[in-house]
Amino acid sequence: MSETMSTAPAGGAPAAEPEDDAILQVRNLKMYFPVKSTGIIRRTIGHVQAVDGVSFRVPAGGSLGLVGESGCGKSTTGRMVTRLYEPTGGSIMFDGQDITKINARGLKPLRREIQMIFQDPYTSLNPRHTVGSIVGAPLRIHGVLPKDKVLGRVQELLEIVGLNPEHYNRYPHEFSGGQRQRIGIARALTLQPKLLVADEPVSALDVSIQAQVINLLRDLQKEFNIAFLFIAHDLAVVRHFCPEVAVMYLGKIVEVGDRETLYNHPNHPYTQALLSAVPDVSQATIGGRRERIRLEGDVPSPINPPSGCRFRTRCPIAKDICAAVEPPLLQIGPRHKVACHFPGEIGAHPTEPVTQRLLGVDAHGQPDPGASPVEIPSGPGYSDTWFDLRSNALGRS
Amino acid sequence: MSEAFLSIRDLKVHFPTTDGIVKATDGLSYDLEKGKTLGIVGESGSGKSVSSSAIMGLYRGTNAQVSGQIILEGSDLLTLTDSEMRDMRGKDVSMIFQDPLSAMHPYYTVGNQIAEAYKVHNDVSKKAARSRAIEMLDRVGIPQPDRRVDDYPHQFSGGMRQRAMIAMGLINDPKLLIADEPTTALDVTVQAQILDLLQDLQRDFEAAVIIITHDLGVVAEMADDVLVMYAGRAVEYGSNKEIFTQPQMPYTWGLLSSIPDVTGDTDVPLIPIPGNPPSLLNPPKGCAFHPRCPHRDKVPDGRCATELPELLAQGSVPTHLSRCHLTDPDRVYEQEVLPMIAPDRVGES
Ligand SMILES: Nc1ncnc2c1ncn2[C@@H]1O[C@H](COP(=O)(O)OP(=O)(O)OP(=O)(O)O)[C@@H](O)[C@H]1O
Ligand SMILES: Nc1ncnc2c1ncn2[C@@H]1O[C@H](COP(=O)(O)OP(=O)(O)OP(=O)(O)O)[C@@H](O)[C@H]1O
Ligand code: SF4
Ligand SMILES: [Mg+2]
Ligand SMILES: [Mg+2]
Repeated sequence: MSETMSTAPAGGAPAAEPEDDAILQVRNLKMYFPVKSTGIIRRTIGHVQAVDGVSFRVPAGGSLGLVGESGCGKSTTGRMVTRLYEPTGGSIMFDGQDITKINARGLKPLRREIQMIFQDPYTSLNPRHTVGSIVGAPLRIHGVLPKDKVLGRVQELLEIVGLNPEHYNRYPHEFSGGQRQRIGIARALTLQPKLLVADEPVSALDVSIQAQVINLLRDLQKEFNIAFLFIAHDLAVVRHFCPEVAVMYLGKIVEVGDRETLYNHPNHPYTQALLSAVPDVSQATIGGRRERIRLEGDVPSPINPPSGCRFRTRCPIAKDICAAVEPPLLQIGPRHKVACHFPGEIGAHPTEPVTQRLLGVDAHGQPDPGASPVEIPSGPGYSDTWFDLRSNALGRS
Repeated sequence: MSEAFLSIRDLKVHFPTTDGIVKATDGLSYDLEKGKTLGIVGESGSGKSVSSSAIMGLYRGTNAQVSGQIILEGSDLLTLTDSEMRDMRGKDVSMIFQDPLSAMHPYYTVGNQIAEAYKVHNDVSKKAARSRAIEMLDRVGIPQPDRRVDDYPHQFSGGMRQRAMIAMGLINDPKLLIADEPTTALDVTVQAQILDLLQDLQRDFEAAVIIITHDLGVVAEMADDVLVMYAGRAVEYGSNKEIFTQPQMPYTWGLLSSIPDVTGDTDVPLIPIPGNPPSLLNPPKGCAFHPRCPHRDKVPDGRCATELPELLAQGSVPTHLSRCHLTDPDRVYEQEVLPMIAPDRVGES
C-alpha cells in the first residue's frame, strides 16, 4: 500500500484541471501590508500577511462562498480580485486575461465587468451625494445609457432591491443600515457585471429582506449569468447561495468543498468549530446557549503567524507535526480539499498524520531521510485523482 | 416582579425632511428589568437604531422631534439637562454602534479613542487610561493588544473594529448597555466569544442589555424577552420562548419563515414577506403591516386598513403582547403558519 503511495504517478505533475468554464482563477495569491515602526523615522518592521497563498476558481455564472475568522483576509482577497489592491504575489486570471498587474487604463473596462458590494454600507457611500446620483454614477461614467434614461433606470434598480423610488433624492445618512446596504447592491448591479464580489451583502438586512435580496441575486445570476465571490459570516446564507464554499483561517484556505460535503462532513477542526457555533433559533425552546466547540486561546497575529499549521495554537487535536510542517491543501474527495495533518469527521480524526509520507517527514514532522516526498497539486480547481483517506493513498478516482 | 429598570413610554422620534415628516419611531413602549436582556428584532428601517439613539440622547441639538418618556431608575432622561445627559452617556448608559468605522475617528488610534472614553468619566492619568484600553482590547480578544492599541481604525478588519467598539462600550462598566448589531461583522466563533462576554458583564454587574440584531438565532440564545418592531412601533413583545414557539402576529410569522436553515433544502427559494417596507412619510393607515399581510381578509369589515390595533395580551399569558386584529391568532399559527416553517412541529403543542 505504502508502495503505491510513494510512487503514485498522479502526484508527480499537477493533473490537468477542467478550467474552461472558470471566469475567475486565482493562484497562490498574497497580500502583505507593511507594518511601520512608531516614531519619527517610520521604518517597515514587518508585514501583515493578510492573505498568504490562496488559490480558488469561480465558474462563469457560478458562486463560490468565502467564510472564516474575522480578519482572516476575506475582504482583502475580494479587493485584490476587483483590483482595488495590487497583490504582493500570485496571479488572477479573469475571463482568460491576466489582470494581476494590469495598469490604470486597462482597469477601466474591468471595473465594468467586476463589481463589488462593500462590507461597510456606511463608509462606502459618499455622504454628499444623493442616492439617485450614487446609483446612477456607474451608468454615467461608462456612458451606457443616454442621460434622459438614467433616472428611469435608477428608479427601477431601487425598486428591484426593495427601496422606495421616492428615496431618489435622499442622502445616505437618512437611511438605516439595511437600506444603505441595498443602495450598495443597486449600485453594483447597474452595469450587469460578469463577476460580483459581494462582501457581506446581506448582513445588515432583516431576514425577510435578506430572503428577498438573496432570491433576487439568484434570479439575476440566472438571467445575466453573473458569477459571485460571496463573502459572508452567515453560514446558512452562504450554504443557501453557494454550491461551493471555501473556509479561510489567518490568510489561508483551510478547507474547500461542495456545500453538501463541507456542511455535512467537514474534515478540518476549524470548520467543525465554526459550524458548531452557529446560533440556532430552536434554542429558544431549550433555553440558554447551544453547546459548541470552544476554541481556546487568542486569534494569532497575522504579523507573526504560528509556524506549521496556522490553526495549531487553537486546535483541539494538534500534535507535534502541526508546529513543524505546514499541512498542504490536500484533495480528499471529488470536490473536497482540506489542509490538516489529521483530517477526519468530528471524533474520527486519525491518530497518525496522513500527510507524513507525502511530505517526507516522520510522525513528528522531522525530515525522514528514507522517504520520497510527493508533489501535491496546488492549483485552484480539483483533480480527477485524489488522496483516499481510507486507503491512505494518492491516485484514487 | 421587581420594578422596571428602564421604561420607555410612547416614545416618538420624528425627522422633519423636505419631503415631509419621517416618523422613525412612533409610539414605542417597553420595559426592561435589571440584569435582563431584551432582544429587539424587526424590519430594517423600523426604528430600532433610532429609538436606541434617542435613549442615548443623541438627537439633542438636532432638528429631530423627540417626545414621550425614557425612565431610567425613576428619572426621565428626556428631562435631563444636556450636561446631566453627557455625564450619563458612556458611563451609566452605553451604546455599541452598528457602524464601527464611522463611529470611530479615522485620525486617532484605536487605543486613544478607547482611552478617551475612559478618561472622560474617570480622573486618571494618560498612562492608566492607556493600560485600561489595552486590558479592554485583550478582553474582547484582539491579539497582541499592546501593539494593536496604536493602530488606526482602517488597519483593523471589520470584525476587529467591532470588537474595539465593544471594548469602548464596556470600559466604564455601564448599567445599561445597548448593543446595536454587535456581532454582525464577526465570524460565528468570535461572535460566540463576544456573546459570552456580554453575558459575563451582565452577571458581574447586573447590567441590563438591549441587543438589536437581525440574527434570530442570537436572540433565541441570548434574550430573556423579545420585542418585534415594524414601522416605528412594537408589534409583538413577550418572553423569548413565547415569541419563538407561539408567535401571535403575521409580521413575526413572516420573519420566522424567512430564516435560511443551515441544514434545510438549498434549492427551494427562501420565503420572504411579499411587498415592500412601508413608507414612514405616509405610513399605511390602520395596521401598518396590512398592505403586506396575507391574513387581513380574516378580519371583518376591512378593519386592518382603517383601525390601528392596540398592543394587547391576546392569549393566556398576560405578558405576551401583540398588535393585530386577528381574534384567534393561535389557531391560524398552528394551522397555516407552522406547517410552512416547521412541518415537524405541527401538532406538538
Ligand atoms: N490597509 C491595511 N493595512 C494594514 N493591514 C490591513 C489593511 N487592510 C487589512 N489589514 C489587515 O489584514 C487582515 C485581513 O483583513 P480583512 O479585512 O481582509 O479581513 P476579513 O476576513 O475581511 O475580516 P472581517 O470578517 O472581520 O471583515 C487583518 O489583520 C487586517 O488588520
Ligand atoms: N436623520 C434622519 N433623517 C431622516 N430619516 C431618518 C434619519 N435617521 C433615520 N431615518 C429613517 O428612520 C427610519 C428608522 O431608521 P433606523 O436606523 O432606526 O432603522 P433600523 O430599524 O435600525 O434599521 P436597520 O435594521 O436597517 O438598521 C428609517 O426609515 C430611516 O430612513
Ligand atoms: S493540522 Fe494540526 S493544527 Fe492544523 S488543524 Fe490539523 S490538527 Fe490542527
Ligand atoms: Mg471583511
Ligand atoms: Mg439599525
